[in-house]
Amino acid sequence: MDFSIYDLTSFDQGIDKCLYENLTPFWATVVEMTLIGLIFLIFYALVALFLIYAERKVCAFMQNRVGPNRVGPYGIFQLIADFIKLMLKEIIPIKNADKFLFNLAPFIVVIASFMAMAAIPFAKGLHAIDFDIGILYVVAVSSMGVIGVLLAGWSSNNKYSLIGAMRSGAMIVSYELSVGLSLLTVVILAGTMQFSAIVEGQANGWFIFKGHLPAVIAFIIYLIAGTAEANRGPFDLAEAESELTAGYHTEYSGIKFALFYMCEYMNMFIVASIAATVFLGGWMPLHISGWEGFNHVMDFIPPFLWYLGKTFALVWVIMWFKWTFPRLRIDQVLTLEWKYLLPINLVNILIMAFIVLMGWHF
Amino acid sequence: MTTNQLMFIIFSAIIIIFSVMTVTSRRILRAATYLLFVLVATAGLYFLLQFNFLAAIQLTIYVGGIVVLIIFSILLTSHIGDRLEAPGWKKIVPAILVATFGAVITLITVLQFDFPTKAITGSERTDIREIAKSLVSTEKFGYSLPFEVISILLLAAMVGAIILAKKRED
Repeated sequence: MDFSIYDLTSFDQGIDKCLYENLTPFWATVVEMTLIGLIFLIFYALVALFLIYAERKVCAFMQNRVGPNRVGPYGIFQLIADFIKLMLKEIIPIKNADKFLFNLAPFIVVIASFMAMAAIPFAKGLHAIDFDIGILYVVAVSSMGVIGVLLAGWSSNNKYSLIGAMRSGAMIVSYELSVGLSLLTVVILAGTMQFSAIVEGQANGWFIFKGHLPAVIAFIIYLIAGTAEANRGPFDLAEAESELTAGYHTEYSGIKFALFYMCEYMNMFIVASIAATVFLGGWMPLHISGWEGFNHVMDFIPPFLWYLGKTFALVWVIMWFKWTFPRLRIDQVLTLEWKYLLPINLVNILIMAFIVLMGWHF
Repeated sequence: MTTNQLMFIIFSAIIIIFSVMTVTSRRILRAATYLLFVLVATAGLYFLLQFNFLAAIQLTIYVGGIVVLIIFSILLTSHIGDRLEAPGWKKIVPAILVATFGAVITLITVLQFDFPTKAITGSERTDIREIAKSLVSTEKFGYSLPFEVISILLLAAMVGAIILAKKRED
C-alpha cells in the first residue's frame, strides 16, 4: 500500500482491497461505513471547535480586544473547557413543549449538515461520495436543515422561539434560490455537476477567472446567500439577542444547545467549502498557464492544505461580514433577495449561457 | 443477506411504519414530521437503486419544498395544544373500504406484472445529460411541449399568488 499526500486514491484502494480480502463483502461494507462515519464525526467536532475559537479571536481583534487568553497559550484550551461545560450541563426538560419534536429538531439540523459534508472533495482521493449530481445533492440535503429550525421554534411553545423560527425559515427558503442559481451558473461553465469533475476542470485556472465577470458576480451572490443560509450575521435576525433572546434555540440547554451552536459553525464551513470547491478550485493548486516554474512550486503544497487554506480564507470573509455589518431587518432581508439578488442572478445565468455558447470562456 | 437487502428492509420498514403513523397521529405537526421521514426514506430507496437524480429531486421538491410549506402553514395556523378530534364510525368505515380497495388493485397489478429479473448495470442508467436533453427536445420522446405547458401553468399560479397576496389599494 503506497502512501502519498498528493494522491490518496491508491491509499483508499489499498484499505478497500485489504478489507475485502479479509472479510465477507457484507462486513467489509459495514466496517468501511463505520470508519468513514467515525472520521467524519471526529473531523466535524474538531472543525467546529476550531471555528468557535477562531470566531472569538477574529471578533476580538475586529473590536480591538484580545479575546480568550487565560486558559493555555493564547487561550486555546478555553474551548475544551467550554466543551466540557456544555457536555456536563443539565438538559432542562420543558413542561409544555412537544417533547418528541423538541428532542428531534437538533438532530435534523445536524443530519442535514452531515449529509452535505459527505459530498465535499477534501483532497485527491479524500472524497466520501462522488455523485454525478454532486451540486444538486448538496443543495437538496441542505434544504432539510430548515425543517429542524422550524420544528425547534414551534415545539418550544415560546413566542420568541416561534418568531425566530418563522423569520429564519422565510429567510432560508428565499436564499436557497440564490444559492442554487449561483451554483447553476458555474454548472453551465463546467458542463457537469460532479464535484470531482468540477475540480479537475479547474486544473488550468479557477472558474472565478475562467468565467469572466458572470463568475465573479455568481461568487459574490453565493457568498451573500450562503451567509444567509447559515443564519450568520448580518442575517442573524432569527436570533437577534436584543429582541428575541436566542431565537429558535432559546429553550435548549446543555448538549442540545451545543448541537445547534456547532451546526451554525459547520454550516458556515460547508458554505465556504462549496464556494472554495466550485469557484476557487477546491484542492487544485493555483496554476497559471505558461508559468512552468511557478506551477511546479505550487504543486509541492499538498492538496488538503490548498483546500483548507481556501476554505478558511472564505470562512474568515464570512466572519468579517458578521462583525462589520449591522443586522438587517426581516423586510430588508427579503427585499435584498427577491428584488436584487434573484433578478441579477437570472440575468447572470443568461449571460453565462451566452458566453459558454459563443466559446468566450477560457 | 447482502447490505442492499438490509438497507431495503430498513427503508421499507421506515416507510410503512411512518406512513401509518402519519394518518393516525392526532397532532398535526407530528403527522407532518412522520411524513418527512416517509419521504426521506423514499429518497433513500432511490439512492439504493442508484437513481441519484431522482433521489435528489425527491429531497429538493418533497422535503425541501412541500414538507416545509406544510410545516409553515401549520406554524401559522395551529397551536401546540391542538389535537384533531377522533373520527367517528361514519368516517372510519368508508376510509377502510377505500384503502382496502386501493391496496387490492395495487397488489393485483404488482403480482400480475412480469418483472425482468436481470440487474441494471452502470451503462444502462440514465445520465442526467440525457434527461436534460429530452426535457427540451422536440423530437420523439422529447418533453418540450409538456415542459412549456407546465412552465405557463406555474407562471400563471405565481402571478395569481402575487395578486392574492398584494395589498389592496382601496
